[in-house]
Amino acid sequence: MAGVSAADLEDLTARPRLFGRRRARVVGSRPPRERGDRTRSFVLTLIAVVGLALFLSPMLRSVVYAVKSTDQITQAGTPLWPADPVTFGYEGKELPLLMVPLPDGSTRQLALLEPGRKSSTFIDPAAPDAAPIAWQGSWRTLEQIWQFAPHWENFAKVWDLIDYPRLLFNTLAIAIISTIGTLLSCTLVAYGFARFRFPGRSFLFTLLIATIFLPTAVTIIPTYTIFQKLGWVGTWLPLLVPTFFANAYDVFLMRQYFMTIPTEMDEAAAIDGAGPFRTLVSVILPQAWPVVIAVAIFHLVYAWNDFFGPLIYLSSNPDIQTIALGLQRFNGVHYRDPGLIQAGTLMTLIIPVVAFLFTQRFFTRGIVITGVDK
Amino acid sequence: MTAPSVARPRGRPRFSGLAWRRARWGYVFIAPWIVGFLAFTAFPMIATLAFTFTNVNLNQAEPLQFVGLRNYETLVSDQRTWDSLAVTLKFALLALPVAVCLPFVVALLLHSRHLRGSGAFRVLFFLPYVVPFVAGVFVWQGMLSADTGWVNGLLKFIGISHPPDWLQDPAWIYPGLVIMGLWGIGGGMIIYLAGLKGIPSDLYEAAKIDGAGAFATLRHITIPMMSPVIFFTIVLGVVDVLQYFLVPLVLKNGTGEPGGSTNFFNLYLYQNFFTFQNMSYGATLAWLLFAISLGLTLLLFRSARHWVYYAGEAR
Repeated sequence: MAGVSAADLEDLTARPRLFGRRRARVVGSRPPRERGDRTRSFVLTLIAVVGLALFLSPMLRSVVYAVKSTDQITQAGTPLWPADPVTFGYEGKELPLLMVPLPDGSTRQLALLEPGRKSSTFIDPAAPDAAPIAWQGSWRTLEQIWQFAPHWENFAKVWDLIDYPRLLFNTLAIAIISTIGTLLSCTLVAYGFARFRFPGRSFLFTLLIATIFLPTAVTIIPTYTIFQKLGWVGTWLPLLVPTFFANAYDVFLMRQYFMTIPTEMDEAAAIDGAGPFRTLVSVILPQAWPVVIAVAIFHLVYAWNDFFGPLIYLSSNPDIQTIALGLQRFNGVHYRDPGLIQAGTLMTLIIPVVAFLFTQRFFTRGIVITGVDK
Repeated sequence: MTAPSVARPRGRPRFSGLAWRRARWGYVFIAPWIVGFLAFTAFPMIATLAFTFTNVNLNQAEPLQFVGLRNYETLVSDQRTWDSLAVTLKFALLALPVAVCLPFVVALLLHSRHLRGSGAFRVLFFLPYVVPFVAGVFVWQGMLSADTGWVNGLLKFIGISHPPDWLQDPAWIYPGLVIMGLWGIGGGMIIYLAGLKGIPSDLYEAAKIDGAGAFATLRHITIPMMSPVIFFTIVLGVVDVLQYFLVPLVLKNGTGEPGGSTNFFNLYLYQNFFTFQNMSYGATLAWLLFAISLGLTLLLFRSARHWVYYAGEAR
């Protein structure tokens, strides 16, 4: 890259001292709360709560729509929550209940027996044996009565229609194998960059970091062609094999962490006769498990969410596709059924979201190491 | 860049026998990346460049031959290329400032010592970042729907009687796509937060003693101290936004609707490759994209000398 010297990239990559080491505040030295802090706290927290509610509200909408019936979604003027019309069984028919204003000024819940344009007849559910009540006016203007009724069966339908177990298996298998590949290769490469001095090291490391800035398009065409000539298109291999050759993000993350581990123990191990590989396995890795977990989680989520790779390599064979691709295919067929789409969407996002909530401490820490030091 | 080393003479570094043995181990350990770099980056890049001077085609009806600058001549006169580039740049002008500033504002909020429960807020603001983007597109497609979407529901509730049809109206599609992208702010937010935590508190105390208000402190301490992180976010943001096309691809199935407004440059590039199967022209577009992002990255690096402040710099 002409014009970008190693020093420029060094600026980008070598700032752990500025951001990594210093603690923001000394624990226990919080200044005493001042007057007005209480109001300020309240206002800021309120802003955060409202912002967060807006930010996450699409998730809530998705949940609500996933358990709505198609009838409710396509009908106008229905409640926001999942609901079915309340009906009254009369002579073997299910009649919808409506709020009917009566001439005497009262409003009663009546079952619609014969809908008509100008006038309709109703049955009083309290006295079904009485004569039907005739009512003047358009029944469509009347308010219908709804009851809370979540349609959980949308999830079961999607489970079968989308072949969820197979997609889940494919996605998990690809995610786990590629994570193993990433961990193996990135550990070795990061160890090489962190612990050994060799000619060209800083040039090679700059090159490694530079690949982060490279548009995918400039390499994808020959790569795809090669995979096609090898007969790998339509198999998982194009998604799995490259992960065994390391990637810039994860190498960088691991290298930064390895460099914070003191070298004294390496040296002690070397004196005891341990070779470099032995040192990595029995000295470095036992101290580096937080970064190993962070990279594993990163890559699992990345592989789970990847769309472009599966799109170009797996499109021809539905049996080997991942869940992200499966969801897009599902949308192409069932886009008229928003309840099903939202149910499928939730079934796609639930696993990474739950996984994140359980591991969020490693996850956010990992990003801090990659992001800030770059 | 790496651990501080013993000063070594200029020119070729001298390695003793033992050091050479260590150095060899270094090469052994980085070998997987070297092989991967040659196979999946260096070779494909050069091949892509070579493609631009030939007529490689998936069907290869005409014999493979050197065509000189023909692909570049096509490029110059191809109106669709320039239209799609304009689409990408127009979108970038809107999306990039949001992608750089909004995570910063949220990070400032979460960093404030007046905020209660900031840990929980941090986790929850980050959460949508792990949602697979295809799922995110379908969630937001419903949210932005003209009649059943909650965004327009809210707008109607506060008195806007004719809210926009976000995803069908060419005038509103870019704001719509930017709103869809909001779920990605988590990454930038965490990076900014880490940066904010790293600002030494004595700077804030000094500012306070000098009588600086909240705004002056932000302007003269927080932003300069954060400039390396902001710079990093801008550089990655530029590279990302130039490649943007997957969301509209899923949303509009690659049709470019409404009215060609989602014919992004990368979409056209991949169409040339996968739909028209014209590898050579696709490769030419890919190198154009590479040249543009490299050029912008270099410009940013050059400008960085004027506004990015490295407090830790000791050179």
